[in-house]
Amino acid sequence: MNKLTHKLRQLALAGSLAALTLVAGQASAEDTIKVGVLHSLSGTMAISETTLKDTMLMLIDEQNKKGGLLGKKLEAVVVDPASNWPLFAEKARELLSKDKVAAIFGCWTSVSRKSVLPVVEELNGLLFYPVQYEGEESSKNVFYTGAAPNQQAIPAVDYLMNDLKAKRWVLAGTDYVYPRTTNKILEAYLRAKGVAKKDIMINYTPFGHSDWQSIVADIKKFGSAGKKTAVVSTINGDANVPFYKELGNQGISAEQIPVIAFSVGEEELSGMDTKPLVGHLAAWNYFMSVDTTKNAAFIKQWHDFIKNPKRVTNDPMEAHYIGFNMWVKAVEKAGSTDPEAVQKAIIGVDFPNLTGGVSKMLPNHHISKPVLIGEIQDDGQFLTVWQTNKVVDGDAWSDFLPESKPIIADWTAPISCGNYNTKTKKCSGQNYK
Amino acid sequence: MKSSFFRRCCELIGLLIILSPGFAQGQDVAANTIFAQALAKLNGTSMQERGMAIEQLAAVKEPRALLILQALLDGRLYQLKAENKLVIGEEVDAGYQLSDADTGQTLGLVERDATQKVTMNNSLRVALRKTIGRLELNATDAKVRIHAVHAIAKAIDTEGIALLGERLVIEQDKSVQDEIKLTLGLEQLNSSDKAARLAAIALLKDHASQDVVNRLNELQEKDAAGNFLEADADVRNQAKAALAKINASLQVYAAIETLFFGLSLGAVLVLAAIGLAITFGVMGVINMAHGELMMLGAYTTYVMQQLLPDYLGLSLFLAIPAAFVISALAGIAIERCIIRFLYGRPLETLLATFGVSLFLQQAVRSIFTPLNRSVASPTWMSGTWQINDFLSLTWNRFYILIFCLLVFALLLQILKRTRLGLEVRAVAQNRNMAKAMGIPTARVDAMTFGLGSGIAGVAGVALSQITNVGPNLGQAYIVDSFMVVVFGGVGNLWGTLLAGFSLGIANKLLEPMAGAVLAKIVVLVFIILFIQKRPRGLFPQKGRAAEG
Repeated sequence: MNKLTHKLRQLALAGSLAALTLVAGQASAEDTIKVGVLHSLSGTMAISETTLKDTMLMLIDEQNKKGGLLGKKLEAVVVDPASNWPLFAEKARELLSKDKVAAIFGCWTSVSRKSVLPVVEELNGLLFYPVQYEGEESSKNVFYTGAAPNQQAIPAVDYLMNDLKAKRWVLAGTDYVYPRTTNKILEAYLRAKGVAKKDIMINYTPFGHSDWQSIVADIKKFGSAGKKTAVVSTINGDANVPFYKELGNQGISAEQIPVIAFSVGEEELSGMDTKPLVGHLAAWNYFMSVDTTKNAAFIKQWHDFIKNPKRVTNDPMEAHYIGFNMWVKAVEKAGSTDPEAVQKAIIGVDFPNLTGGVSKMLPNHHISKPVLIGEIQDDGQFLTVWQTNKVVDGDAWSDFLPESKPIIADWTAPISCGNYNTKTKKCSGQNYK
Repeated sequence: MKSSFFRRCCELIGLLIILSPGFAQGQDVAANTIFAQALAKLNGTSMQERGMAIEQLAAVKEPRALLILQALLDGRLYQLKAENKLVIGEEVDAGYQLSDADTGQTLGLVERDATQKVTMNNSLRVALRKTIGRLELNATDAKVRIHAVHAIAKAIDTEGIALLGERLVIEQDKSVQDEIKLTLGLEQLNSSDKAARLAAIALLKDHASQDVVNRLNELQEKDAAGNFLEADADVRNQAKAALAKINASLQVYAAIETLFFGLSLGAVLVLAAIGLAITFGVMGVINMAHGELMMLGAYTTYVMQQLLPDYLGLSLFLAIPAAFVISALAGIAIERCIIRFLYGRPLETLLATFGVSLFLQQAVRSIFTPLNRSVASPTWMSGTWQINDFLSLTWNRFYILIFCLLVFALLLQILKRTRLGLEVRAVAQNRNMAKAMGIPTARVDAMTFGLGSGIAGVAGVALSQITNVGPNLGQAYIVDSFMVVVFGGVGNLWGTLLAGFSLGIANKLLEPMAGAVLAKIVVLVFIILFIQKRPRGLFPQKGRAAEG
């Protein structure tokens, strides 16, 4: 008897406790809007993605200081997908169904985005993807705030062709989807511009390739045939350091054979000995060295937040800055964080970028950005040598590949489709590979 | 607008004064004005103005102009923010040792923040090199003159040809004469006179260089209509014969180059694998954390450089013993705390050491941030050893090759000549018998593991010179290391050496044909097939030890 009352009492206590937590949980759910941050904090990609996690925390912190959003505080939910592609999908599912986040900001590699894509589409979430990528995709649920090929690769090649008078081309890349697709587009583009096949050398290397001797020697030979040669590099991540070191050691200077990179930014340079790299190029939509008051304020905010005045800012950070603020504006416009409402509201939303222009969310879920080309200086910063005089609209489906030429993405009525064929007037539905 | 017009006028007047003879005094003054103007332009922000300033400085025939141009090219020209003037700075410990660019007088030491570098872009650098080359053509040092001829040859134009022609007349030094003749010979190929072209080919035949090959090849080409660019058959045939002669030596050089590439890749493989050859080969421990021990060595190099930022070479040498000690201590700790409980259970050892490797990686991420750290190379390790125009060997690879052989020889001596080596060999051959003879096997195990780990740390120092120093460094090498050890024959150091070099050379032979990705796959498939045929590798252990 006594035992029973004891048990009953325990049960009641547990019950009331549970009820209490439930109420508390509800209260906090009403008080805050959750924002998912899906960036690898361990494993190979931690090198690039950790900074973006910190950037998101900074932006959310800033927004809360301004009074939050719709009268509520924002709350960051940080998860670690550990550079493991299937884990990205699992963590995205967890964020959407368990934590009920209003939007996810995350991913770096294309393969991680492709693995998250079916999840955000199934659960109708929102993903803001901040990295330059190969294009050929537009999902109802994804917003691409990094550069599409026409906002980075094509202008870079134009610069080399028109300003540096390059006649021979080396397309060097790491062997995965982004370089392969980008190089396919570039090759088609170069051929269309009248470059002969023998004047294009395409080379792929495995991830983390560290022995560049013979490839650099080949580039040197290819480049010493009397015509001005340029290298377009889509070499990813860690392989860049030994590549540039070998270039320096074999005495290939930027004046002879300039290398333009699409994946080397301020942060990558901070881990390199930059002396041999001076004069080599990179194409981005943002440089830390751009002299605007907005940028100076952003850099100061970053240094204060991270408590290290030596940390650099880079292009994907700016993409998150724009993407996050566009999302905030869209939520305010829609008056709710409901994904459907935000998707409708965000198209056409504009926000000033850090380089002095105004970026706009386009109907194809890409944004308009300026294109900047910079030369590496020995302090690890870029000197802007060329830039577009206005923002360039991101093009989801490249016009230089025959199979994607007739395809457009438009998420406004009446088309409302990510890959609408303008010839057959058909929407072939979502295609994630 | 007005002011710029006014300035142009000034320049024009200045130029006129310079050009008119007999104005010795006036000339000085005018030169000074132009000089000051050019400096002001350099101090501005426009790249175009900077380009004009370079041309102006070149026109002023004064040694200090050359000094400024050279400083600009080397990135030693700064703007002093406070006084808004140009200074030449030499980097020292606390900041920059400055001297006034205009007057040349010393200005003393300032902090880094007080100055801003005068920035340059590629087209300016090209112009600058050409200009400096022209100024240096009259230098007293023959080496500088040869350098100048090269600089002019790179951006040859009529003015350059004229300058070289003038110099050739008064040039005394034979080697400089040859260089000038060669450069002019290349230009002579464009001559309309057939005899001149033939003479040029005869000259170029014996002075093979990449430019010569390119130009001779061009003579063989046809234009769009199918006509030869070089109309004269005699000249074509002569060029063809010259090319054939050059190509024969080219092939030899190409072979030497491939061999060197292969050996240097092999040296890296051997360095990475040799520590593993001890822990895996001699002790039979599958140590998945081997790569992370190399990573520790590389980070030790980084820390050493941070401690001694002004002594790059010294810090590198000090990093070698430091890395050995740190990695060896880490290795002994791993052996004492984990591996010794798992001897004889290879699968569990594999999983446990894999865990250790993840732990070490994340530890480094927490301490040093996940970003790569930059490790600088001392000047004697960067650049190439230019043997001739077709053959050049990179210094860092060359030193690493030698370093690898030294480490190998040292390790061999340790195993052969020292007491530890004797005990290691005894335990490896027959653990129980060794125990019975009074050898403290547990201690020997720890020391052996420490030795292998220490060598991994030393390999890390070498790797810091050619690749990233980051948390992922170890992962990139662990598979290759196991491949080399297994291929060479478990427990045989000579096997590891030979396997490393042969895999390196095989890789480099395949790479130009198959591409880097396919070459790796082919090598891997070859090893799998080889292991099917000879399961114990190139040099299998013989006798009773092999049975155990």
